[in-house]
Amino acid sequence: MIQRQTIDASVLPDHAFGSRSIMWWATMTIIAIESTVFALAIASYFYLQGNEETWPPPDTALPGLLFPTINVFILLVSLWPNEMTKRAAEDMDLAKTRRWIVVAVLFAVAFVVVRGFEFTRLNVSWDSNAYGSATWTLLIFHTIHLVTDLMDSLVLAVLMFTRHGDKPRRFVDVAENSFYWYFVVLSWIPIYVVLYWVPRWL
Amino acid sequence: MRGIQSALEPAGPQAEQIARLWDVFLITAAVVWLLVMLFTIAALLRRRPEIVPNAASPRVRNAVIAATGLTVLTLFALLTASIFTTRGIASVPDRAIQIAVTAKQWWWQIDYDDRDKSKRFTTANEIVIPVGHPVTVHLRSSDVIHSFWVPSLHGKRDMIPGKPPSTFTFQADKPGVYRGQCAEFCGYQHANMSFWVTALPFPEYAKWVEANRQPSRIPSTHTQRKGQEVFMNSPCPLCHTIQGTPANGKTGPDLTHFGSRRSIAAGTFPNRRGFLGGWILDAQHLKPGSQMPSMTLEQGELEPLISYLESLK
Amino acid sequence: MSEGVSEHGAHVASAKPLEEHFKKEGTKHSPYSLPGDEILHEQLEKTWSPAKGPFRFFMQVDHKILGKRFVVTAFIWFGLGGILAALMRMQLSRPDNTFLSADQYNQIFTMHGVTMMFLFAVPIMEAIAVYMVPLLLGSRALAFPRLTAYSYFMFLFGGILLYTAFFLNTGPDTGWFTYPPLANPEFAPGKRVDVWAQLVNFTEISAIAVAIELIVTILKQRAPGMSVNRLPLYVWSMLITSFMIVFAMPAVMTSSFYLASDRLVGTHFFNPAEGGDPLLWQHLFWFFGHPEVYIIFLPALGMVSHIVTTFTRRQVFGYTAMVLSQVATGFIGFGLWVHHMFATGIPALGSSYFTAASMLIAIPSGIQIFCWIATIWMGRPVWKPPFLFVLGFIAIFVLGGLTGVMLASIPLDLQVHDTMFVVAHLHYVLIGGAVFPLFGVLYYWFPKITGRMQNDTAGYVSFALMFIGFNLTFFPMHKLGLIGMTRRIYTYHPETGWGPLNALSSIGALVLGLGVIVYVLNGLISWKKGAVAGSNPFDGPTLEWATSSPPPEYNFVNIPTVSGHEPLWHAPEHAPVVTGLSTTEKEILITRTFDAEPDHRYTMPTPTPWPFLAAVATAVMFVGGLFTVWAFVIGLPIAGIIVTCWFWPTTPRKEGEAPA
Repeated sequence: MIQRQTIDASVLPDHAFGSRSIMWWATMTIIAIESTVFALAIASYFYLQGNEETWPPPDTALPGLLFPTINVFILLVSLWPNEMTKRAAEDMDLAKTRRWIVVAVLFAVAFVVVRGFEFTRLNVSWDSNAYGSATWTLLIFHTIHLVTDLMDSLVLAVLMFTRHGDKPRRFVDVAENSFYWYFVVLSWIPIYVVLYWVPRWL
Repeated sequence: MRGIQSALEPAGPQAEQIARLWDVFLITAAVVWLLVMLFTIAALLRRRPEIVPNAASPRVRNAVIAATGLTVLTLFALLTASIFTTRGIASVPDRAIQIAVTAKQWWWQIDYDDRDKSKRFTTANEIVIPVGHPVTVHLRSSDVIHSFWVPSLHGKRDMIPGKPPSTFTFQADKPGVYRGQCAEFCGYQHANMSFWVTALPFPEYAKWVEANRQPSRIPSTHTQRKGQEVFMNSPCPLCHTIQGTPANGKTGPDLTHFGSRRSIAAGTFPNRRGFLGGWILDAQHLKPGSQMPSMTLEQGELEPLISYLESLK
Repeated sequence: MSEGVSEHGAHVASAKPLEEHFKKEGTKHSPYSLPGDEILHEQLEKTWSPAKGPFRFFMQVDHKILGKRFVVTAFIWFGLGGILAALMRMQLSRPDNTFLSADQYNQIFTMHGVTMMFLFAVPIMEAIAVYMVPLLLGSRALAFPRLTAYSYFMFLFGGILLYTAFFLNTGPDTGWFTYPPLANPEFAPGKRVDVWAQLVNFTEISAIAVAIELIVTILKQRAPGMSVNRLPLYVWSMLITSFMIVFAMPAVMTSSFYLASDRLVGTHFFNPAEGGDPLLWQHLFWFFGHPEVYIIFLPALGMVSHIVTTFTRRQVFGYTAMVLSQVATGFIGFGLWVHHMFATGIPALGSSYFTAASMLIAIPSGIQIFCWIATIWMGRPVWKPPFLFVLGFIAIFVLGGLTGVMLASIPLDLQVHDTMFVVAHLHYVLIGGAVFPLFGVLYYWFPKITGRMQNDTAGYVSFALMFIGFNLTFFPMHKLGLIGMTRRIYTYHPETGWGPLNALSSIGALVLGLGVIVYVLNGLISWKKGAVAGSNPFDGPTLEWATSSPPPEYNFVNIPTVSGHEPLWHAPEHAPVVTGLSTTEKEILITRTFDAEPDHRYTMPTPTPWPFLAAVATAVMFVGGLFTVWAFVIGLPIAGIIVTCWFWPTTPRKEGEAPA
């Protein structure tokens, strides 16, 4: 047997945050997939708009502005507890993480509630015309992400209060979940502009 | 090989230009393929040194670079040829004959337009054009997507519902009968949706147009009169129009000059007595799914009906 | 060029003719072994042990078990798709044939396309990657094993749904491309098109999930020293393919969502009467559909590079050029979709851009062909069946590529679009470009996966039959298209003159089918009775050959390190190895993204039934979705609960700790 060099892996850490972790890369890939879905849905919206003389089509009212605009503010403010949760998780500070993740979840709940009102003020049904179909679909696509992340955050919040919470892996999960919330927020801004301002401007 | 629907046997300038472009591409492709094969075989069979070195040889590297350069040049030449042909077949002449073609599941409605409303007429599954004159077809679909294709005259063009008619210009330089077929899958009977384009010298074409502007012939024999009666008292007029009679249904082909057509059921059968009888009684067996129902007739009704339809020249 | 001088000397030392290697008994002994490996082996075997017991089928998370299952399942669908092809050839063998009815034929050609594209081509490429990529990287597992299990069951259920529907006379019948308005409820009543839409959901979820795993595995789980510029070419091709899946598959999922909602809840995306547009479908579908071709074809290029390396006894010429060509193909592949729509009458100027782009993509493919020929030129060919499949690939694929250049030209496309010419072209690039390399590589990796050798004579026979049969079947179709035979027609008249060439093509299909049968039988018999292979029977240069055949559950006792493209040809017995990963937990080594330096350890999950249950819940939801939108409203929360259980951690209780 030839004497060979060895590298001892047991001295390496058993977790890592950010782009070092495999969860971060998986989250990034999922964000890439979902951004593509949003981009295609927005492209479809404009494609259908190109077929119409007026947008929204005649006899269709403009969508209400109030609730979505409230939601823009809720989302922007939510970035703050979200960032605090992320930092607390990266410091592996259990008490702080527990505190902030609850605040972040409350913001997400508020958003979902307002989203419910938003649907009632679209002023068009999905089966009235292609404009209605495109509008509803875009909003549903975003809502699916919103609700998914809310559920994810809820489960993690509960988890942090159990005996499973104080584990490095759980902190990585919390940090990645906060990272994903940035995507939910950032994707809302272009969708908000398309759904509520494009019919007013173009 | 001779074909009745062949892109390799062009009969007009558009198809001709494409066929010439095809020759260019075919020869280029054949040469490229043979060269690649030649080099592969040479690489396999060549004598080589005992020890295989892992490092690259500059000669091989240069050869790969040269081959890549040659590929780029060849593609550029082909691209240029292709773009010139695209322009060549797109030029639209000023005075073209205008014909509207509406595709339906699974047949073609042909409308000859005229500023004078009384000179317009409608036919089905057969387009007659004059030799040497450009023809512009206005393509529409009334249900799903179809595609209009007569390979001897031009490439194909899709007919998309909900869009304004798509226009497409071609010309036949030789008299003859050219077959066309729907090229976009359009459901159940996509396979049986063909049509004919007949190119006639101009005087004959003018005669044909004049004949088609007339209402249908009055039945001249007793049998034909009986046949007309059968036609009018059956559900036929609900779907078919015969100009000069009360029959004015719009679902099926216009039968005003049915007797002069080459085929029935969009090129599915020749227009002969036996096939026609079968078609009337058993359309759902001969072309399942088509809009034409299998008819039930009383004894002694079929013969006169066929005679009447055949008389509609 | 990548050929390094420093690697030169080391390589010559091991560049013995393969014949000599065959004489030597293959050894079970790993080139990366250390004293005391036997003890480690026993502990690791216990820790990494797969699920046992009567329900083990539903609980496995090992990438090799799942990879094998994926391959076998994909081959079953391939067989069914092949039978459908044979039925079509039977029907078209003579004019006015009545063997099949129009309705049967329309279902069959649709099923054939759907099966081959959604249930065979993409899944088989991912299946092989699921098995091989961790081995090629020197890793103990594929990232997210439970997701792999979920993907497998989704794939399985999707196929079962499609064929159940087909046998109940509800198979999709509007073509694999399912163009509206033909697919709109008005023209396609019944559930046939809905089956298509749900099948797409099944297979795309499965494909996307595997793509995520592959991306993460390739970026984070490489053996130390395997920096991105030392990544094996096949792994490069899978990385690019996975990224293409990530950006292409959302298009078909979005469009099938639109189609399903048009049919289920009355939206109007494709209904021209209410402002919808059938062309929107075509754009979305081909934005997926064209990259799809490269998703199938790029992995095959990677496979070819490995076969060429091993069977010419030298490293592939122009590594960097190869990688850049594949990356270029990946990018350009997204810019060509409109060449499927030239006949729709879109403006000529814009179309010319797509002509140029479609011709441009021939350049990277050409460069790769030239590099392989250069490799063969400089190497020493070994005429084993995998190498023959590669030679067959070159002959067929180059021809298919050239007809592709023809189709890029608008005037030529206007003539041959939607004719048998396109059928010929697509089979030349997909069978020649992907199936031949696939069959070659399965022959090449067969001993690694099963531990046994295939019979070479049967290998040669199957290759010869497939090569002759293939060309006999598909070459005449070029001519058929030019003389006017359109696609997707169940019958034609004798006066069209298409009879003789169709008869020839049908005879060819018989020969081709025979070749496939010989190949599959060879595989099945060899799996049970083949000669024992040893760890590296072909003297392959990459890491999958550095462990026993078949590999143990944990893949590698010691994690190898690499310092070149062909680690096993460069004195592996001197290379350092990584030790010290846990023997009681399923730990793997995570390395840094670009330079692959060791970074941290990560624990993999043990066998679990939750992915299976999640797949069942999703399947019930999708099948319910054929009938009512409420299936999703009820199904999503249930799926959510199951997924929560899936991810709920199991922390062993410390002694004396009270239950939480």
